[in-house]
Amino acid sequence: MKPLVQVQDVGMRFDTKKGSFVALRDINLDISEGEVVTLIGHSGCGKSTLLNLIAGLTLPSDGGLICNGREIAGPGPERGVVFQNHSLLPWLSCFDNVMLGVERVFGTKEGKAKLKERTKAALEMVHMEHAMHKYPHEVSGGMKQRVGIARAFAMEPKILLMDEPFGALDALTRASLQDELIGVMAKTGATVVMVTHDVDEAVLLSDRVVMMTNGPAATIGEILEVKLDKPRDRLKLAHDPQFAEYRAAILEFLYQKQLKHAA
Amino acid sequence: MTTASMTMTHAMPNKSSEPIREKPAEQAAANHVASVKQAETPIIKVGQGKLPDALSAFARAVLPPLIGLALLLGIWAIIAIKTSGFPSPLKTWNAAVIIFSHPFYINGPNDQGIGWNILSSLKRVAVGFGFAAAVGIPLGFAIGRFKFLNSMVDPIISLLRPVSPLAWLPIGLLVFKRADPAATWTIFICSIWPMIINTAVGVQRVPQDYMNVARVLNLSEMKILTKILFPAVLPYMLTGIRLSIGTAWLVIVAAEMLTGGVGIGFWVWDEWNNLKVEHIVIAIFVIGIVGMLLEMILLQIAKRFSYEYS
Ligand SMILES: Nc1ncnc2c1ncn2[C@@H]1O[C@H](COP(=O)(O)OP(=O)(O)OP(=O)(O)O)[C@@H](O)[C@H]1O
Ligand SMILES: [Mg+2]
Repeated sequence: MKPLVQVQDVGMRFDTKKGSFVALRDINLDISEGEVVTLIGHSGCGKSTLLNLIAGLTLPSDGGLICNGREIAGPGPERGVVFQNHSLLPWLSCFDNVMLGVERVFGTKEGKAKLKERTKAALEMVHMEHAMHKYPHEVSGGMKQRVGIARAFAMEPKILLMDEPFGALDALTRASLQDELIGVMAKTGATVVMVTHDVDEAVLLSDRVVMMTNGPAATIGEILEVKLDKPRDRLKLAHDPQFAEYRAAILEFLYQKQLKHAA
Repeated sequence: MTTASMTMTHAMPNKSSEPIREKPAEQAAANHVASVKQAETPIIKVGQGKLPDALSAFARAVLPPLIGLALLLGIWAIIAIKTSGFPSPLKTWNAAVIIFSHPFYINGPNDQGIGWNILSSLKRVAVGFGFAAAVGIPLGFAIGRFKFLNSMVDPIISLLRPVSPLAWLPIGLLVFKRADPAATWTIFICSIWPMIINTAVGVQRVPQDYMNVARVLNLSEMKILTKILFPAVLPYMLTGIRLSIGTAWLVIVAAEMLTGGVGIGFWVWDEWNNLKVEHIVIAIFVIGIVGMLLEMILLQIAKRFSYEYS
């Protein structure tokens, strides 16, 4: 089967005041349909940069990216994005925030009632139906992140790109959102690329963990295949020796091979 | 408040990078007041323990302004006694009662009630400001959105903005041949800058996150304008409008003194010629109160449209 997303020899240079800065080099990665891939690495190594390249928000300085058989030249509706800081528009209710994307994707084909139904269904999926007419500043951080996820899912993208979607949340909220995401992914069979800092989260959610070397000029160090049965249950996995092994492998990469010296 | 806005406008360097937003300062002031109140509470409790809380709160809210006003009246009365020709508060009050018992009389074109004078000044401000908004707000959007236009217009704005609006009055008289549109033209010129600058800065300050959302959701240019740019810029725009109207109200009085006709500024000049100083004092109060009301109304509107960014 042909991969959904292909990242080929991608390099990224930024022009800064101090000259050009090489953030990424020689990135090669294929992502198949239905696969969940997490990107992990130390802060500043270029995870967001890589995700933004796949999203089409920035264009690579070397190499190329292909999605669904076409070169990525900008953002597209087949690639949904969940931002790290939720990025909901504060002047629209949660419902209208989700509706904005739905209208754009399905507005030409479907009537208003159907669009509203889609919006509602997406919010129900993340258990936000009770607060969907509230404004972003009236709901908690976890709820905002849920709406952000619903907004991306509602557009029925082929692939979902998430930049540390739970990074700003406390551990309990994060766990419950991870469980929710597991449920949503199982239901929709979504393809997901997700940036994370959290080793447990990486193992729990992904089929493959892409571990990145330290920047500058970061690239993919190792790729770990996680062959745990799905759907996964965090409580059972807590005592699973295989889970512990995966966890150890990532920790070893991050804190032995890529130990970040205090800058 | 209006004068504070004015100094802010002028104190602002010619760069359009700093928005003219007063919110933080006001909030800081409010916080300060709050903390002072908190600090005071226990002292008052100790002193007047039996006073009901609501009553003491009321007293604390009302007493200081009353004391301030009384002080003003006292100083005024002393000055009136010491200076010949300066009316006492009582004399002014009696004159005000007469004036305001018939605010809308008309005795020929140059002798009309104070109500008409205020209304015609407000009308000039409204018309001049309306034109300024119609030109300034779209221009501000365009300048904020397109870098080229910004670099093109920035030097012109920097050059023209510090010019006193009254310097434009002769140009208005020359072009329009009549006093009334010339005064309106002056208002137009002085109220257009804050709107251009604030709108442009607002557009430039739209968080990159929101623009990324627009790109990821693949919104049309129209949707970007209505769902993202306009709401994000609205608070900045309202600040611009508030500053504009404040300035316009300051300028109209001076402009009318020069052009004559009907209007509060002309009325002041006319009363000076009649040597009715108490009427001038009344006019000062009227101008102040109207300016204050304009400011309050616009602040209320701005409050309704300020979003919580979190
Ligand atoms: N627009 C830019 N201009 C210049 N340098 C940039 C730009 N964007 C990112 N960088 C640099 O590229 C490197 C990678 O940044 P990136 O944001 O991708 O890191 P990250 O892995 O997402 O970090 P974190 O985990 O802290 O979010 C950093 O050194 C950063 O300074
Ligand atoms: Mg990042």
